[in-house]
Amino acid sequence: MRKLYMELIRMRFLTMLAYRVNYYSGIIIYAINIGAYYFLWGAIYGGQQQLGGLTVEQMTSYVAIAWMSRAFYFNNIDTEIAQDVREGKVAIEMIRPYNYLSVKTAQAFGEGIFRFLFFAGPGIFLISLIIPFSFPATATGWGLYLISLMCAFLINTQINLVTGLLTFFLFRNDGMMRAKRVVVDLLSGLVLPISFFPGWAQTAMGYLPFQAVNYYPSLIFTGAITTERSWELIGFQVIWMFVILVPILVMWRLARNKLVVQGG
Amino acid sequence: MQNMKHIFSIFADYLSQYFKTRLAYRTDFLGDFVSNLVSELINLIFIIVVFTHVPLMGDWTRDEIIFIYGFFLVPYALFSMFFGFWDFNERYIIRGEMDRILTRPIHNLAQVCLESIAPDRIFGVITGIIIMGYAAIQLDLSFYWYDVFIFIGLSISGALIYGGVYTAIAAVSFFSDSRTGIAPMIYNIQQYGRYPVDVYNKAIRFVLTYVLPFAFVGVYPAAYFLRKEVWYTYAAMTPVVAVIFFGIGLLVWNWGVTKYRGAGS
Repeated sequence: MRKLYMELIRMRFLTMLAYRVNYYSGIIIYAINIGAYYFLWGAIYGGQQQLGGLTVEQMTSYVAIAWMSRAFYFNNIDTEIAQDVREGKVAIEMIRPYNYLSVKTAQAFGEGIFRFLFFAGPGIFLISLIIPFSFPATATGWGLYLISLMCAFLINTQINLVTGLLTFFLFRNDGMMRAKRVVVDLLSGLVLPISFFPGWAQTAMGYLPFQAVNYYPSLIFTGAITTERSWELIGFQVIWMFVILVPILVMWRLARNKLVVQGG
Repeated sequence: MQNMKHIFSIFADYLSQYFKTRLAYRTDFLGDFVSNLVSELINLIFIIVVFTHVPLMGDWTRDEIIFIYGFFLVPYALFSMFFGFWDFNERYIIRGEMDRILTRPIHNLAQVCLESIAPDRIFGVITGIIIMGYAAIQLDLSFYWYDVFIFIGLSISGALIYGGVYTAIAAVSFFSDSRTGIAPMIYNIQQYGRYPVDVYNKAIRFVLTYVLPFAFVGVYPAAYFLRKEVWYTYAAMTPVVAVIFFGIGLLVWNWGVTKYRGAGS
């Protein structure tokens, strides 16, 4: 069984490698986004030294690292699931001797590794040449970041599984998936560090899983927090993984009884 | 001209067909409406939160930036209503649907647009106007009677600029063997046009004015209504840019179609 999933990860990795235009456009997109926010924040800071507890240098490296973390955790499995449901392929998937959701997760992981090695890695290197940038100083720092990033990947994938599975009940939810993408980008601290939000909003966002997707790993990467605090954040991420597992399992159970194949 | 009339009558047929399919999935219709509203308001939160920390972005105030964003939503909604073929590559090239398109009597781009038309995106126009209205009241802006026509003209021009650029990018699918990769690109680039171009550096300002002229979709035309006289020339150029870039998009598309070889499925 483990061999099967390893193979799935490898296959998706190789598929990603095969479509070269995809790869180049991906690099351009990330460069554009980081560039956009780099200049935008420059303008927002104007002459000011500090905003929301961050200096302009800290902010630019925050933006860069947040986007690079996103390269690893981002995937489109919700759209893939929605398509499988609409076309009726999911009926075949359900009778196959593996777990469909694990298969999707494995594929997402293959994609994540690809993006990490070919987008995030070279991307961070290139940015570090232009923007003053500090890497985690110790091996522990790197280790903590990678663990946290892995958790971020799992949580984001789970969120995608939830939105993908909603297709079983809503039949068409492209709009929701689009909305989910912008909501996750904003509330995870990707476009705006959480410390910028007013206090009440920060409290409210503490009860949502989105910070665990980007803000926590980015915070650990900057080295602004202690090792104990880092472990604490990773602990929160693990708790979120278990919490989101519940709706996924419930929905998957319901979905098996409720499947309506819409043609295909 | 006869041809255009033909396209419009087919457009009406597709529209009624569209509502029939949409109303078959009623909860989804409502869900889509809410989702669109959420994605439109999320960007507003960014602006509002940022301006709790600073009084100005460049020389622009919060309400001016909000006005620009509100304006931007209108051409963007028009664009996404008519050019909804986000999965063009997947649907038409990989699965070979393009073969079928080429047998249809009207122009192939019009046919593709018709098949993926999404009239419910028109709600973005309303959201945009509400956001603009709020900002206009805050800024105490005054309008002339002819501003309505200028607004309509500039909005359509903005939508055509997006349409032209997007068509050209989508046409790349005819030449390459890539699986996806075009839709995320435009999705990510479009945010540039929403903020005043003078906050970026010269190179980006140049790109957004002459290469991928997204500044003409948001900030330049909005500057007219904000009475920023420095940008009047640019605002006035918007329809010209629209014609040029939509023309380029169409040319690239037509050229691409001649290079199209069926995927075989």
